[in-house]
Amino acid sequence: MTKVVKKVQLNGVEKMVEASPESRLLDVIRLELNLTGTKEGCGEGECGACSILINDTLINSCLVLFGQLNDGDKILTVEGLGDAKHLTSLQECFITEGGTQCGMCTPGMLIAAHALLIKNPKPTREEIAEALAGNLCRCTGYKKIIDSVEKAAKIMRGES
Amino acid sequence: MVKRIDAYEKVTGKAIYADDLKFDRMCYAAPLHSEYASAKILDIDTSRALAFKGVIEVITADDVPGSIRVGGLVPDQYVLSDREVRFYGDVVALVVAESAEIARKALSLIKVDYKPLKPILSPQDGLNAKPVHDFQKNNVVEHFKVRHGDTKKGYKACESIVEEDFETQFIEHSYMEPESCIAIPNPDGSVTVHGGMQHPFTTRRYTAKATGLPLAKVQIIQTTLGGGFGGRDDTIAVICARAAILALKVNRPVKITYTRDESMRESYKRHPFFTKYKAGIDKNGKFKAMDVDFLADAGPYCAVSPFVIWRPTVQCTGPYIVPNVRCDSRAVYTNNTPTGAMRGFGTPQQVFANESFVDICAEKAGMDPLKFRKLNFFRQGVTTHTEQKFDKHKVSIEEVTDKALKEIDWKKKFKICSRGKPDKYDYLFGIGFATSYRGVSLGAEGNDFCSALVNIQPDASILLEVGVSENGQGLKTAMVRILAGELGVEDERIHFIDTDTSSIPDGGPTVASRGTLVGGNAVVDAAKGIRKMMRPVLKELIGASKKQYLYKSGKIKNPDTKKSVSFEKAVLACHNKKMYLHALGTFSGPDVGWDETRGRGNAYFTYVYACQACELTVNAKTGKVKVGKVVAAHEVGKSINPQMSVGQIFGGIVMGLGFALTEQVRHKDGIIQDVNFNTYKIPRSIDAPEMTAILVENPDPAGPWGAKSLGEPTNELMGAAVANAIYYATGVRFKKTPITSDDIKKAICSK
Repeated sequence: MTKVVKKVQLNGVEKMVEASPESRLLDVIRLELNLTGTKEGCGEGECGACSILINDTLINSCLVLFGQLNDGDKILTVEGLGDAKHLTSLQECFITEGGTQCGMCTPGMLIAAHALLIKNPKPTREEIAEALAGNLCRCTGYKKIIDSVEKAAKIMRGES
Repeated sequence: MVKRIDAYEKVTGKAIYADDLKFDRMCYAAPLHSEYASAKILDIDTSRALAFKGVIEVITADDVPGSIRVGGLVPDQYVLSDREVRFYGDVVALVVAESAEIARKALSLIKVDYKPLKPILSPQDGLNAKPVHDFQKNNVVEHFKVRHGDTKKGYKACESIVEEDFETQFIEHSYMEPESCIAIPNPDGSVTVHGGMQHPFTTRRYTAKATGLPLAKVQIIQTTLGGGFGGRDDTIAVICARAAILALKVNRPVKITYTRDESMRESYKRHPFFTKYKAGIDKNGKFKAMDVDFLADAGPYCAVSPFVIWRPTVQCTGPYIVPNVRCDSRAVYTNNTPTGAMRGFGTPQQVFANESFVDICAEKAGMDPLKFRKLNFFRQGVTTHTEQKFDKHKVSIEEVTDKALKEIDWKKKFKICSRGKPDKYDYLFGIGFATSYRGVSLGAEGNDFCSALVNIQPDASILLEVGVSENGQGLKTAMVRILAGELGVEDERIHFIDTDTSSIPDGGPTVASRGTLVGGNAVVDAAKGIRKMMRPVLKELIGASKKQYLYKSGKIKNPDTKKSVSFEKAVLACHNKKMYLHALGTFSGPDVGWDETRGRGNAYFTYVYACQACELTVNAKTGKVKVGKVVAAHEVGKSINPQMSVGQIFGGIVMGLGFALTEQVRHKDGIIQDVNFNTYKIPRSIDAPEMTAILVENPDPAGPWGAKSLGEPTNELMGAAVANAIYYATGVRFKKTPITSDDIKKAICSK
């Protein structure tokens, strides 16, 4: 299949990306753009390890084809959280609250939590669990992940 | 709070897992799996696949340069299937191509002629069937026993005799990272493999055997591991061996990354157990005799099946005094998916049966489950049914049980269980608990040995390498914490090096919850070596002392003269004297032993104790279970990092809930039915209950700083705790896992 070029906002930077329209967006991100923070866990949208945001909407990048992107789409991967010197409150809290163990689900969890906090800066624990229900984790039992998101939301609201 | 030292790279997406690695000229391989559970291979035609554009090479069993069979205990697993397939996940051929996509496309072009055979579908069938392997006399992989006292006599003194059968399912580890590795051929003829595994040394042994290379020419480097839970040993080792064969053959780096479906189809699972318990109870409510039979489905490969049935054999009574015991355990070859190590190592199956059974016995004896247990619990100094005297560690079974049940307010809540009578909203409430004792580390099933290498640089930064591996559990952090404490320096000074088989001796597998104990003891020993080396220099710097110098807060102090020197200055002084601060610390487990004919001995050198309690509601109309609250009390010796210990407990509980309620790998005529998370249902965030973890610390003389172990006991109790709670909610006793909402609905309706 002939390759196509799309102009996207990748982690805040405008970028021309060339790939086959039939490639999974996940493969384009990992193989073409060398952003390996986004993981593949199941390849069918069950585990959320490949979660990214497109225009602030949470999606499984294994289920989207490159050809489905529109010019100007805003893509956020884990590498776009924070900047070289500063971690976001979410990332900080995943470290301090024990929200990461093996780490394979962590990028997807962070992205899903980030998407939640954009829309709902003051979520309850139930709302956090609901927002992360598409992201599987086998290590933590989820409690410390939910603790991390709750704490980060507090910090972001200036309450902690 | 102690931070995980690898957390930063994990929250920024910078951590490198095997599939994140890229090498120049790298190509990609994919496996062709069997189409049958059991069949003869008559012919394999690879010509069309080879001709496919982008395909570099196709290999079959004929291309394996070394040994075609590998295995830890019995070399019965085929690197590539040779003339016969023994389960649906056996690999018949491999395609290596310019991309993974091309490799997978070309798989369908390989033509394999099979002659299907009648598969063995259960261990019961296996006992009387033709052997799966022609070099075996029968299908019994292993048979262990315990003979203690005389059960027949024991039953005579009994008021009641209880007999029950239990059954557990195949469980998939569900590590989030599917298998992945890259093999690189080196110009000197050696091969380097990067991959995610729990035991790089198993991988090295398998790879050396299959390639025909000596161990010294096979280097295995562990990448960040995306979860293990016991599942990252044999399967990934064989995959790495195949990648190495291919890399040496095509003389290019070869990556193999499995899809989830391939991973679940091929990787080994937790053994299903068919368990029988029979016990006699006297008029005072005390156990007098017990008969236990375990029958485990080993699949077609031995793997660690003997060890997996040995542990529950040793622990067959649970933490109870039983004067007369007979136990027989068998693991049997079948053509189902192979089974091997998984978090608990035979005990989630045994504890589910044992602790459900104890509640049944309590009811029969007319007592509540706590009173009955307390009457029968192990006591300090007890000689167990395996004739081991428990006098070298604190027997804390009663302590953990009291703490867990007090926290969850069991006494009050047990009285208000619904026992089959729903409330006006159609909900049933129940509370249940389970207890266990568990031998620490490998015990007499293996050789407990580990080493640690400490290497202090002239600027006083420190390199640390340990013969056990980071599985995601936080081992690096614990090892660094221990070394930092031993040398009185801050954690940041220490750099942990991931396991490289070419630089550290084999420390045995990072399984059996042994990482902290054996690795930690080796680190303590290495630190001792360093301190000994530094002594003559310290004598010059801060004066002589007959006592030990004190290493604390970055300083070394003479306890007599109170003179001190900074750690950095002392290290530099050593280097200036041409002294290279470098020590190999070792740990050998205390003596253990097992008499196989009678089933007795000092099976493990120390034990941990645990109690988990849960409360839940059952929807009487749908059968759906909602676990509301879990309290877990674990005796750990000493916690090196309480936050990570508690994290292990929460993870173990939720994984245990999956075992109890939703997870099952089903087979139909030997063909695996559940190969992804759409039908294999592991708990999600919305299923996680409110959890409280209680760490009970009774420092153990055998552990580093008194620490023992934790990873596995957290995962062995939920099956029974949930089954017991469901019983007190619904009045129905479920003796088979998972206890699905459909099962409950059916049972409630038929009541």
